[in-house]
Amino acid sequence: MTPKTSSTARIILATLALGSIATFSHAQQGKLKVGLMLPYSGTYTALGVAIENGFKLYVDEQGGKLGGREIEYVKVDDESDPAKATDNVNKLIKRDNVDVIVGTVHSGVAMAMAKAAKESGTVLIVPNAGADAVTGPMCAPNIFRSSFSNWQPAFAMGEVAAKQQGKKKAITITWKYAAGDESVNGFKEGFEKAGGQVTKQLNVPFPNVEFQALLTEIAAAKPDAVYAFFAGGGAVKFVKDYAAAGLDKTIPLYGPGFLTDGTLDAQGASAQGMLTTLHYADGLNTPRDTAFRTAYAKAFKLQPDVYAVQGYDAAQMLSIGLTAVKGDIGKKPEFASAIEKAKIDSPRGPFSIGKSHNPVQDIYLRKVDGKENKVVSVASKALADPARGCKL
Amino acid sequence: MDLGTFLVQCLNAVQYGLLLFLVASGLTLIFGIMGVINLAHGSFYMLGAYMAFALTPLFGGNFIVMLVAGVVLAAAFGYLLEWAFFSYLYQRDHLQQVLMTYGLILVFEEVRSILVGNDVHGVKVPDWLDGSFALGSLMSYPWYRLFASAACIVLAAALYVVVNRTRLGMMIRAGASNRDMVRGLGIDIRKLYRIVFAAGVALAALAGMIAAPMSSVYPGMGGSVLIICFVVVVIGGIGSITGALVASLLVGFVDTFGKVLFAELSGMGVYVLMALVLIWRPEGLMGRKI
Repeated sequence: MTPKTSSTARIILATLALGSIATFSHAQQGKLKVGLMLPYSGTYTALGVAIENGFKLYVDEQGGKLGGREIEYVKVDDESDPAKATDNVNKLIKRDNVDVIVGTVHSGVAMAMAKAAKESGTVLIVPNAGADAVTGPMCAPNIFRSSFSNWQPAFAMGEVAAKQQGKKKAITITWKYAAGDESVNGFKEGFEKAGGQVTKQLNVPFPNVEFQALLTEIAAAKPDAVYAFFAGGGAVKFVKDYAAAGLDKTIPLYGPGFLTDGTLDAQGASAQGMLTTLHYADGLNTPRDTAFRTAYAKAFKLQPDVYAVQGYDAAQMLSIGLTAVKGDIGKKPEFASAIEKAKIDSPRGPFSIGKSHNPVQDIYLRKVDGKENKVVSVASKALADPARGCKL
Repeated sequence: MDLGTFLVQCLNAVQYGLLLFLVASGLTLIFGIMGVINLAHGSFYMLGAYMAFALTPLFGGNFIVMLVAGVVLAAAFGYLLEWAFFSYLYQRDHLQQVLMTYGLILVFEEVRSILVGNDVHGVKVPDWLDGSFALGSLMSYPWYRLFASAACIVLAAALYVVVNRTRLGMMIRAGASNRDMVRGLGIDIRKLYRIVFAAGVALAALAGMIAAPMSSVYPGMGGSVLIICFVVVVIGGIGSITGALVASLLVGFVDTFGKVLFAELSGMGVYVLMALVLIWRPEGLMGRKI
C-alpha cells in the first residue's frame, strides 16, 4: 500500500467510524440537531431573526424538547446568496450531520436547499421562500413548507378583485424575476377565472425602481385595477409613486401582503386604505394569536410579524412529526404522514398540509389602516396550491 | 400612444435623465480629471440619501437649508477621504483603484447597516412641494419631481460656468490634460485634485438627497445607480461634463421609451445604446480622441 492509498483508507475508516457514532447517537435518542440556514446578514437579516425567534419560542414553550428529544441548533448564515447555497446546505448535511434543516427566506437559496435535501433525504422545512416549485416539481416526501406559495395570496387577490370588488380589466406590474412572474400569473388565473381580464402585463428589470414611465402607461390605459408585486425598497417606492401620480384616487392598487408588510412606516399616507392578501394579518384577535403575540413580545421585546409565525409553525410541524415517531426521525414515512394528517394550530388560524406539503390555509383580505394591515375578511377559505408538477 | 401620453413620457425621460446627470457628473469629474475609477461613487449617492433621512428631522421643514448643510458635510467628507485614501491611488494602476474603491463600498454598506439598520425608510417631501398638478385628464404630476428637475438644470448650468468660465475651471481642465505641466506652472495640483474630489462627492450626495423623497432610502441603493452612471460616463465621453449631460438625457429617453415600447427587452436598451455609441465613437460622444 502506497502512503497515499493508506491515508485515503484511513480517512474512509474514520468517516465510517464517525458515521456509526452518529447512528449510535440516533438510537440513543440524544439531542436532535436542527440546522437553521437563514439570512443573518444583508437585506433579509430581520426576517431570518424573526423566523429563528418564532422557532425557538415554540421549542421553549415545550420545555426545550420536541418528541422527547432535546434540540440542539447549528446556525448558518445563507447571506441570501444562491451561489453559496449548495455549499452551505451541504455543510449542514455532511459536516454537521443535522437531522432537520430549517430555511430559508430567499427563493433561489431555498431551491438549492430543496435539491440537496431531495438527494440526501434530510428533512427540510421551508419557513418563508414562496417559490411555487419548492412544493411543485421539486416536491419530495421529506420537504415541507410552513409559509405559502407565491401563487396562493395572488390567486386569492384575483378572485377578490373580480368578484367582491367587481373589477373587469386589470393591469399587472412586477419586477421581471421568478417570484414576480409567479405572483402576477397567480393573480391572472384567479382574476380571469372569476370573469375579469388582465389586459396588460408590465415588467421592470430587477431591481430597477424607475417606475414613472410605466405609471404613465397605466394612466393612459385606464384599467379598473392594478396588481403589483414588489418587495422592500421597491414596494415602498412603487406605492409612493403610484399615489404621487394621483392614480390611487382613480385606479385601486392591489397586491400580495408583501407590498405593505414591514414597509408602512416608509410608505406613510400613500398606502392608506390599500387592499392586500396574505395568510396572516394584524387584528385577528383570536385567543391563539393573542397568546402567541404576548409570549413573543415578552420573550424578545419585539412585535411578531408573519415571518415569526412561519418560524413558530415550522417548529410545530417538526414537533408533530417527531411525536408520532417518538423522536426517531429515521422513520421518514411515519414522520411525513403524521404531519400530513395533522391540523396545525397556528397563530394565523388552523391549517393543514396538502399532498405536496404546502399549507392549505385561509388567505386574509387586509386593509392598510395607520401602521397596521388590518384583517377585513377571509379572501379564500382553505386555499390549496395547485402543486403543478408535483408527483407525490 | 397619443400625443398627450407621448409628451408626459418625454417629461418622464427628461426628469430621469437630469437626475442621472447629477450623479454621473461627479463620477465623470473624478474619473476624467484624476483618472481614478471610483466604484464607491454609488456609495456617495447612498450617503446623500441617508443624510436626507437623518437631517430632515433636525432641520424641520427647511429643505433648502438641509440641502446646503448636506452638501457642506459631503464635501468635507470627500476632502478627508481624498487625503486619507484616494491621494495614494493616482500613480497606481486601475486594478488597485478598483480593489480599494470596491473595499470602500463594503465598508460604507457595513457602516450604514450598523448606524441605520437594514430597514427601508421614507423621507418626507417638504410641505411647500407636497402635492401634484394635473397633466391633462391623464394623471397628475408631483410638484417635487418638477422641483428636482429644475434643481438639476440650475446645477448643470452652474457646473458649466465654473468649468468653462472661471480660473478654477481652467486649472481643472489643464490638470486633466497634463498634470505635470500644470505643476510646472506652479499650481498646487494635489490641492486642486482634493477640491475636485470633494466636489464630485458633494454632487453625488446632493443627487442622493434630492432623490431621497422620491425614491425612499434603502440598503444597496448605491449599487444600482453606479452601473447606470458608468454607462452615462462612457457614452458621454470620459471627463466631459457636456457629454455627461447629453448622455444622461439619451439614457433617460432610451430607458423610458424602451420600457414602454419593448417591455420584454427594456433591461437591454441602455446597454445596446452604449454598444452602438462605442462602435461609432469609441471615445464617447464628447470625449477626447483616444
